Order: sequence, then structure tokens, then C-alpha cells
Amino acid sequence: MNEEFEPRIIAFLCKWCGYAGADMAGTSRLKYPPSIIPIRVPCTGRIEMEHVLKALKRSDGVLIAGCHTPGDCHYVRGNFQCLKRVTLLKKFLRQVGINPARVRLEWISATEGRKFARVIREFTEELKELGPLRRSK
Amino acid sequence: MKGVRAVSSKSVKEGYGKERIGVFVCHCGRNIAATVDVKKVIEKISEHPFVVHAEDYEYMCSKPGQELIERAVEEKRLTGVVVAACSPSLHETTFREVVEKAGLNPYKCEIANIREQCSWVHDEVEKATEKATKLIKSVIEKVVRNEPLEPVKVDLHKKALVIGGGIAGIRAALDIANAGFQVILVEKRPSIGGHMAQLAETFPTLDCAQCILTPLMSEVAKHPNIKLLTLSEVIDVEGYVGNFHVRIRKNPRYVDPEKCNLCDNCTKVCPVVVPSEFDEGLSLRKAIYIPFPQAVPSSYVIDPDSCLGMNPIICGKCAEPDVCGPGAIDFYDQPEIIEEDVGVIIVATGYELYNPENLSEYGADKYPDIITSLQFERLLSPNGPTGGIPVRPSDEKIPKKIAFIHCAGSRDEKHKSYCSHICCTYCSKHGLLFKELVPDAEVYSFYIDIRAVGKNYEDFVKRAQEEAGVQFIRGKVSKIYEEDGKVKIFAVDTLLNKRIEVEVDMAVLALPIVPSQGIEDLASKMHIQIDNYGFLQELHPKLHPVESPTPGIFLAGAAQSPKDIQDTVAQASAAASKALEILSQDKISHTPTIAVVDRETCSGCRLCISVCPYGAIELVDERAEINEVMCEGCGACASACPSNAIRLKNYTDEQLDAMIEAVIGGTLG
Repeated sequence: MNEEFEPRIIAFLCKWCGYAGADMAGTSRLKYPPSIIPIRVPCTGRIEMEHVLKALKRSDGVLIAGCHTPGDCHYVRGNFQCLKRVTLLKKFLRQVGINPARVRLEWISATEGRKFARVIREFTEELKELGPLRRSK
Repeated sequence: MKGVRAVSSKSVKEGYGKERIGVFVCHCGRNIAATVDVKKVIEKISEHPFVVHAEDYEYMCSKPGQELIERAVEEKRLTGVVVAACSPSLHETTFREVVEKAGLNPYKCEIANIREQCSWVHDEVEKATEKATKLIKSVIEKVVRNEPLEPVKVDLHKKALVIGGGIAGIRAALDIANAGFQVILVEKRPSIGGHMAQLAETFPTLDCAQCILTPLMSEVAKHPNIKLLTLSEVIDVEGYVGNFHVRIRKNPRYVDPEKCNLCDNCTKVCPVVVPSEFDEGLSLRKAIYIPFPQAVPSSYVIDPDSCLGMNPIICGKCAEPDVCGPGAIDFYDQPEIIEEDVGVIIVATGYELYNPENLSEYGADKYPDIITSLQFERLLSPNGPTGGIPVRPSDEKIPKKIAFIHCAGSRDEKHKSYCSHICCTYCSKHGLLFKELVPDAEVYSFYIDIRAVGKNYEDFVKRAQEEAGVQFIRGKVSKIYEEDGKVKIFAVDTLLNKRIEVEVDMAVLALPIVPSQGIEDLASKMHIQIDNYGFLQELHPKLHPVESPTPGIFLAGAAQSPKDIQDTVAQASAAASKALEILSQDKISHTPTIAVVDRETCSGCRLCISVCPYGAIELVDERAEINEVMCEGCGACASACPSNAIRLKNYTDEQLDAMIEAVIGGTLG
């Protein structure tokens, strides 16, 4: 079953780093699975737990990609806000029986197209292993 | 289809049913069209209930492509536009200008990136086409909820603050003042001039540093648009671009520069002797002194830490009427707080040398004849402690053998891992100048790599090697110490691959260039960042090399990274021109995609204040209020607000939710 299963990933990409890194992957023509649909946000600090949970309702995994800690955040420390929230969210997911590995936080700079493509490939493989996120009706 | 209907029915319920969206899909030649079936995308997206117009074109950014959008906006009375093309970083502005020309608010145009993040990274046409359609649907959900916005316009103070009076601050202040704007130049030492005033001659032209610097210093002193505050420090910065309120502490000079006639009688009677900062400790000065003859302001100053005339007065000889005729000395001079409103700030706080005490293996703190490169500059300088004769400090004899140690702490994981950028060239200069003064001397230069990066620098280093005969030894020095009047250097010659020991009369260390003390404190006051090495962080190394992350604050000189005089001057002029870009406007425009507070729901909990990196939020009547100019639109407050009282315009929760739903298209869950 897992061979046919194609995970769906929603990616929240900060427009300065994560999104620009994804653009760089494109400019470098690096291939990755079409499993991921990006949503551009101003900063990872804008992403709330609710957004990630809503995205998880409709996907098998959520990627958040922002500027490297400590100093790269365009908005000074939004990346740390995000890091705090994701850390807490993962604890919560474990409590409710969702594998926290379904939420992945990565720091990807505007130059790291290669890293972006690698992260998508890795995450897709991991989610294939985990299988579809089953939801109660 | 199920998904589309599900989303749109929700959107219709929310009142977006009247939206008339146009979708324009670009082929980008074959860049998009080879992987994304554009016709199929058009077919699918035409079914979307909000879409009243969908069209594709080979190059949407071309003139005919733009005209096609303009025409459709007018003819179909579109309320929003989605351009499915390349990344928004490329043509978002282009297309927003197009829709604006057609009479639509520019914020009602959004880009769906189906090139960089779709066609270029996927191979399978079917999947790429499906993904492109989803991306467009998601952006449609955003654009229908986008508010039409107008740029925020604010007044500004047409005045600049320049912090630091070295060559960077001097250049920036003069550029702005010459353009007709007022400048406040703040320097913490008694005179402007910075490190450049200490230098002997400057590479690669060997111009005398004082000869090129002092005319600029006196230009500052007499410029009608420059208010010079020496012995002063910025203690507080509030506000935002165009409207900074700055508080400056002006420490007492105890000598009135207006009255001081530079007669020098005071130093003759002063009983206190301390090492001279200007001569890097190689000479002595009195407690009342002038840092160097060409100092600006041209006045003596009392060092309160060593003067015996401070409270209680136990000396006071210099203030006697027969000593100071004009009565310029005032022991009761008090610090003063000066408040200024400025529109822009340039930070040019410069550098200092790494403390040699940290480098005990090189012995600069223990042995008199192991000195720093700035001390050597003073020895070479005609106005230096020895009148330009390079003698060694221990016995005042001219050394016959001398060694220059490059990377004495730079490019060294134990000390500073970065390259200090100027040492290779100035060590060559030192060798060259020393050989001119002492032609029969043996001169060694220990280096790791030669990094003479600058116009004509390579030729300059060659000149030191070939003409002057400085012996360059490629190898890191492991230990230096002085014994029986000889300085012993242990190193590995990495070209010959053998250990070497050299005995010289004097060694000069090229210590790492580090940011000035207090820079961290100043940076945090201004909400600007420092990098991993402690230098000021620019907004972007290539696109915004002189801008700090805080709008209206610019960086110049070695405070941003180690650099030579040429680059410093260039950066200072660049910072000044960026500052003038702001000062020359009547009003400043600011991005309108900012956060707003709903006063009804705000509980006044202050969480948003604690997360805002710009200090843009304050409590007014127990409710949060966001300054629309200081807000940069990151949305940290909107995410932190427990009452959901803060909305980031055009990135609202509602928009993000609708985008999430649209990307998956309802086929799951």
C-alpha cells in the first residue's frame, strides 16, 4: 500500500529565506516530488499552532521553513517564536497520538536550494514510511 | 471538483461571491509550458466560481502580455488578478503596477509561483499541472480576501545623526551636510579622526594619512550644517525611520574650546603623567592634554580619571590665571543630556585591535619589543613619539632585524576565525616603509596566505617583496618571546615544510580587527543586530549592504566588517546617499501590509509588546496600539495575540485558513 501512497505536504515558507530557498531549488532545476504545496508567509513567526493543525487536517505532513537561527531572521527573532511554538506543538501532537515527525521545522536560507530539495525528498520518504495520517470521522 | 465547491461555498458564505477574478497563466516560453499543461490549467481554473476570466500567454511580463491583463481588468471589471508565472520576487511589482494602471488597487494582484516552485522542479506533466492548479486556487482565496491598501505616508525630520567620528563618520557627515541637510556628528573621544589619524602613510599610494584626513576634519569643524558633539555617547534611541528621538550624553571637557588658545602652558604645570592613547601607550601625556596637534575641536581636554583637579580639588594649577590666560578651564563642567530629533542614523563606530593579552603565546603583553601594528604606525609617523624614527621600545635602538606577524589571531579558531582583511597589505606597507628608513635591515613577514584584495594591492605587495626585499615566509607562527634583548620567533615554513626559528630585534603583531567596545549595547538600543563575530549586521550582503534591518539606520566602515580606508569611504558615501534618499523626500512611504489591533477585542495583556522586534506596539488606554510606521509586517504579534485581536493585513488567519483548504482541494479528510 505504501508504495502507492503519495504523501501530501503543506509547506509554510517565509518569504525571505524558506521561500527564496525554494526558488533557488527551482532556478537550479533540482527535482523533488510534487507532494508539497507551498504557502508563502511573511515570517515563520506569523505561523500559529492552529495553522499547522489546520494544515495537518488536510495533509500528511507540514513543513515550516524559515531563516537560520540565531541571526538570519529578517524580522529579528520571528524564527525563535516559531521554534518555541513548534517545540510545544510537537509535545501536543504526541499527546493526541500524532507522530510529531509529521511536523518538520527547517532553517533554509535563500541560497540553500539544494537543502530545500533534499528536505522535501527526505520528508516525503519519511511520510511514506509513516503512511497516511488517519483522521477520525 | 468537490473541493472547489466546498471552498467556494464557504467563501460565498463569507461574502466573497461578488468577486470577479482574472487568472493569467504565463507559458514563460517553454519554461512553464513544457511541464505544466497550461490549457488544462485554464480549463480547470475557469470552472472556479470566482473566475470570470482566464487566459494564457507566452510571456505575460512582455508588453503585449501586460496589455492583455490591463484590457481584461477594464473590460471584465475584474476585482482581483492572479498571475500564474515566475516567483513573486521577480515580477510581483511589475504586475501590481499593471493592474494599478488599469484602475485596480495593486494589492488586489497576487502571484502564483508555478515556475520556480512547480514547472522547474517537477517532471511529470500531470502532477505538475495539478499542482499548478492548486497553487492558483490557493492564491485566488488569498486575493479575494486582500484589502485594497495605500502606502502609509508620514512626515520626517530632515536631519541626520552620524555616530562615530572616524573617516567613515566624517565622510558620511560631510556628504549629507554638503547636500544641504543638518547633521549631528557624535564622537565619544575628545577629537574626531579615529584610527586613521594615528596612521603614518596609507597603502597602496603611501599618501600621508594626516594630509588626506585633516582637511576633512577641519571641513567638519567649520561646516554650517554639522553640529559636532565630541566626548559624547548616544544613550537612547526611540522612534522609527524619519522620526527618531535620540538622547546623547555629552561628557564634560573641562576646557572651553571657544576660549582655549592652544598655548600649551597647562601641560607644563600639570603634575600627572599617564600613557597616551593616541600614541598607543608609547609616549606619555598629562592629565590636561590635546590628543594630537590637529585635533578637532581644536582644544585641550582634561581627563577626569587622572586629573587631581576633580572633586575635591587638590591641584588646580592649570586653572591659575597666570597659566590659562583666557580662563578656559572649568573643573565644575558638568555632563549634559542633549535631545535631538532626526530622520536617519548612520552608525560608523569603527574598530579596535584585539586585546594582545588574549594572545599570550605571542607575548605582546609581556615583552616590550613585541608591539602591535598600531604602535608601529605611531613609530613610523612623523608626529609620533619618536618623530618617525622606528626605534624599539626597550632600548630605543633602531632594530636591524624585524618581523611582521600576519594573522596574529585572525583566521585562528582559538581567537578570531575571520580574516581581518587589511593586515596583509599594511604589513607589506610596514616592511616597505621600514626598509626605506633602514635600508640594511632584515625584514621578515610571516603569513598564512597573502590576501591583498583591492585595486593595485597585489602590485603593492610585490613592491614590498621585490623592490624592498622583505622576506615573506609562508607559515603560521606558533610562539614568540623575548630573551636577552632578542625576540625569538618559532614557526613552520609551510613551503619548505620545516620548522624554523628566527631571532629578531622587534616583532610587530597584526592583531585581529574587532568591533569597538560598546557596540552590542548600542545595537540593542537601536534594534539592529550584530553578526557572529560582533560586527553590525547588514540587511542583505548584496542587495542592501549599507542598510541595517531597521529602516532608516545605515552602516558604514569597520563597524560592519573589517575594511580598508578605500572601502570605508565608499561605504560611508553609500550610506550617506541611502540616508539622503530618505531625507530628500517630503513624506516617507511605508509598506501598508502591517498589523492592526481591534480595540474591542484587545484585553491589554501586552504579549504583543513583548514579541514585537521593533518596539512598534504600545498600550494606549489599556489597549494595544500599533505604530503603522514602525510596524514592518512580520505578524509576530498577530500570532501571539491570545484574543485574536491583531490582524496582519493581507495575511489574516482567515486568508491562511482558506489557502490551506484550497491547496488540498477538499479531496482529503
